[in-house]
Amino acid sequence: MSAKTADKIATAVIVFFAGIIVLIMAGLLGFILVRGLGHISFDFLTSPPETIKEGGGIGPQLFNSLFLLVLTMIITVPLGLGAGIYMSEYAKPGKVTDFIRLIVEVLSSFPSIVVGLFGLLVFVNMFGFGFSLFSGALALTVFNLPLMVRITEQGMQSVPQAQKEASLALGLSKWKTIKSIMLPIALPIILTGTILAAGRVFGEAAALLFTAGMSSPRLDFSDWNPLSPMSPLNPFRPAETLAVHIWKINSEGLAPDAPEIAAGASAVLILTVLIFNLLARWVGRLLHKKFTATK
Amino acid sequence: MKKSLMLVMALILTFTLAACGQANKTNTSAGNDAGANSSANGEKEKTTELSGSILAVGSSALQPLVDQASKSFMDKNPKVSIQVQGGGSGTGLTQVSGGQADIGNSDVFAEEKLEAGPAGELVDHQVAVVAMAAVVNPDVNIDNLTKDQLVQIFTGKITNWKDAGGPDQVIQIVNRPSSSGTRATFEKYALGTKTDDLAGAIQEDSSGNVKKLVKETPGAIGYLALSYLDDSVTTLKYEGVEATEENVANGTYPVWAYEHMYTKGEPNGLVKAFLDYMVSEEVQNGDVVELGYIPASKMQVKRDVDGNITK
Amino acid sequence: MAQSREKRKLKQHIIEEWTGKVFTSLCIVLLVVTIFSLVYFVATKGFSSFIKDGISLGEIFGGIKWKPEGEPPLFGALPFIIGSFSTSILAAVIAAPLSISAALFMVEIMPKLGRKYLQPAIELLAGIPSVVYGFVGLSVIVPFYRDIFPGQGLGIAAGASVLSIMILPTMTSIATDALAALPPGLKEGSYALGATRWQTLARTVIPTTLPALMTGVVLGMARAFGEALAVQMVIGNAPHIPKSLFESASTLTSAITLSMGNTVMGSVQNNVLWTLALILMLMTFIFVFIVRFLERRANR
Repeated sequence: MSAKTADKIATAVIVFFAGIIVLIMAGLLGFILVRGLGHISFDFLTSPPETIKEGGGIGPQLFNSLFLLVLTMIITVPLGLGAGIYMSEYAKPGKVTDFIRLIVEVLSSFPSIVVGLFGLLVFVNMFGFGFSLFSGALALTVFNLPLMVRITEQGMQSVPQAQKEASLALGLSKWKTIKSIMLPIALPIILTGTILAAGRVFGEAAALLFTAGMSSPRLDFSDWNPLSPMSPLNPFRPAETLAVHIWKINSEGLAPDAPEIAAGASAVLILTVLIFNLLARWVGRLLHKKFTATK
Repeated sequence: MKKSLMLVMALILTFTLAACGQANKTNTSAGNDAGANSSANGEKEKTTELSGSILAVGSSALQPLVDQASKSFMDKNPKVSIQVQGGGSGTGLTQVSGGQADIGNSDVFAEEKLEAGPAGELVDHQVAVVAMAAVVNPDVNIDNLTKDQLVQIFTGKITNWKDAGGPDQVIQIVNRPSSSGTRATFEKYALGTKTDDLAGAIQEDSSGNVKKLVKETPGAIGYLALSYLDDSVTTLKYEGVEATEENVANGTYPVWAYEHMYTKGEPNGLVKAFLDYMVSEEVQNGDVVELGYIPASKMQVKRDVDGNITK
Repeated sequence: MAQSREKRKLKQHIIEEWTGKVFTSLCIVLLVVTIFSLVYFVATKGFSSFIKDGISLGEIFGGIKWKPEGEPPLFGALPFIIGSFSTSILAAVIAAPLSISAALFMVEIMPKLGRKYLQPAIELLAGIPSVVYGFVGLSVIVPFYRDIFPGQGLGIAAGASVLSIMILPTMTSIATDALAALPPGLKEGSYALGATRWQTLARTVIPTTLPALMTGVVLGMARAFGEALAVQMVIGNAPHIPKSLFESASTLTSAITLSMGNTVMGSVQNNVLWTLALILMLMTFIFVFIVRFLERRANR
C-alpha cells in the first residue's frame, strides 16, 4: 500500500468518525426535540404541575431553575473571580500555589453525587438551611467554583504583559491595574466561560436531589417579598428544578401524560442550553469587537 | 514560611469545623424553638385561623398523596404552607427523628429502620394502605401465580415461564433494591421469605422505571403498587385472589402495607390539624381513593410491626 | 501641602493594594476550606463503617456479596468497584477514537468546517443534562441492545455507550487544545521531507501530543466514573459481577443513588454507602494524579 493510499484511507476514517459524532448529536437532538416540541406551549411553560390529572405544566420548575442559576452565579462569580485573580496575579510560584492548583483540579473532577451528599450533610442538616434553593446554590457553587477559577485565570493570562506593565509604570496600584486595565481585557473570555458554565448548572440533577429538594411549594407570583414563605424569591424554600422534575416524573410520575411531560421538559432544557451556547458565542464576539482596537 | 502557612491553614480548618459544630448546635435549638413557637401559635389561633409551615419528608410512594392533600389543605387555610419532599423512607425517618422535618413519611414501620431508642420517640400515624401486585409482560400469558411459584421465581429456582404455566420464555426479574420498603413488603407478605439478589436481575427503585421495563422486556416480572397499574402490564392474581380494594380490606389479599406519617412526639397545633385532615373522610374517600391507595378507615383487618393480623 | 497630598495618594495606593490582596486571598482561603471540609466530612462518614460498625477493609474491597439487609449482613463492594471500572474504561475506549478523530478533523483536516459545525455540536453535547442522557439511553439504547443481544439490554454495555457520548466533549476539547498548541514548524518540517498528511500525523503529531491526548482520556474516564443518574437508569443495578456486558450490573454511583434515600443516616447500611462515596473520592484523587503525571510528561 502506497503512502498516498494510506493517507487517503486515514483521512476517510477520520472524517467518518467525525461524521459519526455529528450523526449522534443530530440524532440525539432530533429525538428529544421531535418527541418534546409538540408538547411545548405557553400553557405548558407557565402552569404548575399536576399529580394525577393530565395537562400539568412546568412553570414553577422553569422559574426555579432560572432563579437557582442566578443565586449560584451571585455566589460563584465574585468568589471565582477573586480566587482566579489571586492564582494568576498574587500567588508566588512554589509548593503552596502548586498545592492550591492541585486542589482546584481535584474539586473540578469531583463526582456530583459526592458533592450532593456533602451538601445534604453540611448545608441541609448541619447548617440547618434545609432542602432549599440556598443549599442547592451552595452545592452548585462547590463544583462551579473551580471552573470559574480556571476561566478567570485563563482570561487574566490572555492580557498582554506590556499593557499590565505600562499601567504599573504609571503608578497605578496593582489592584487598580487588575480592576481597571486587565479585567476589561479579560472580560470576553471570562464571560463566555461563565455562560457555558451556567448552562451546565441548569442541567445538574444528582447534586440537587439531595440539596434543593424534590418538591415545589405553592408559589404566589404576586408576592415578591423574599422573606415570605410563598414568595418565589425566597431563597430558603425548597425548589424542584427542571432537571430534577424530569428525574422525578420519569421515576414516580402518576399523571397519565407523564412521558409527554418528561419529553417536553427535556426539550425545554435542551433549548435553554442551546440558547446559552449561542448567547455565549454572541457575547464573546461582541465584547471581543468592543475591546480589541476595532475603532 | 512553609510551616507557618501550613499552620495557618490547619488553624483555619479547625476554626471552620468548630464553627460548623457550633452552628449545628445553635441551629437545632433554633429549630426546636421555632417548632415550639409555631405549635404555640397554632394552639392560640386554633379557634381562628391556622398559620405557619410544615415540612414533610420521605417516601416517594407516599409523596403524591400527601402532596395532593396538602394542596387542598392549603386552599382551606391560605396562611399555611406545607412542603412535601421525597427522598425515600430512610431520609424521612432520619429527618423527623433529627428534628429537621415535622413529619417523616415512610413505607415501613420505623422500628424496621431505626434503632429502638429513636424509633420509640416517634409517633405513628397510618394514613393509608398501599397494596402491591405482581405484574408481568403482556406476552407472558398467565394471570395467576401461587405463593410457591413466586418464591421459586424470585429465588431463581424457576427460570423459564414454561415451568410456571406460561410460554417457553426466559424469566427476567425486575426487582427493587434490598433497602426498598416496597421490596420488604413484597417479600414479607407475598413470598414469606427474604430473597437474595440474583445475578442478572434488574433492580430499580422507582415504580415508573419498573413499569417501563416490565412493559418492554420480554418475559419480565416485577411488582408494583396498585396506583401504578394499567393495561400496559398484566396484573397477576395471588393464589387466585385478585388485587382489589375489597380483597385487601377484608384481608383475603395479603400483600399490602401501611403508609406511615411519623411525628416526633405527639403532634400539636398545625401538624395535628394537618394529620387529622389526612385521616378525615374528605381525604380518605377523595384523594386516597383517587390516587389508588386504600383508605385506612376501610380496613377490616389490622396488622402490627411483626405482621400479626387482627380482625 | 504638596507633601500631604503625596502622602494621601500613597495611603490610598496602599489601601487599594490591601483590599485587592485581602479580597482575593479570602476567596482562595474559602476555596481551600471548602475542599478540606468536603474531604473531611466524606472521610469521617466513610470511615465510620470501619471504625464504628467494625466492617473489615478486606470485606469491602474483597467481598463479592452485597447483602446489606441479610442475616448476617454482607458488604462486599467489589462488584460495584469492578462495575465502575469496566463501564468507565469501556466508555473511554469507545470515546477516545471518536474524540481524537474529531480533534484531528477540526485542527488538521478541515479547520473551517470543523470549527463552524463540529465544535458547537460537541459543546452542545456537554450541556445536555445527564438525566436526559439516561432517558434517551433507556428509550433508545437499551431496546436496541435487547433486540440484538441476549439479555435485557441493560448492563455495562448500555452504561458505557451512554457515558461515552457524555464524555466526548471533555476528551475532544482537550485533544483539540493539544493539537492546536503544536508548533507549526514540526509539521512543516515533516511535510517538507515529503511525508503525506497521514504520515505526518501518525509519526510526528500524534506521538508528540500523546501525553496530552491521554490526559483527555483520563479526565473523560474520571467523569464517567463519577456520573450517577444516567448510569443508574441503564445499568440494571444487580449487585453482582456480571458474566457478560449485557447483564445487569452495578457501579459505585448507582449503588449510592439507589439506596441512599432508603436508609437511615447513622445506620450500618447508610454508613457503608458513605464508604462507597469515599472510594469514589479517592478514585478522583488517583485520576488527578495520573493527569498530573501525564501533563508533566507532556511538558518535558
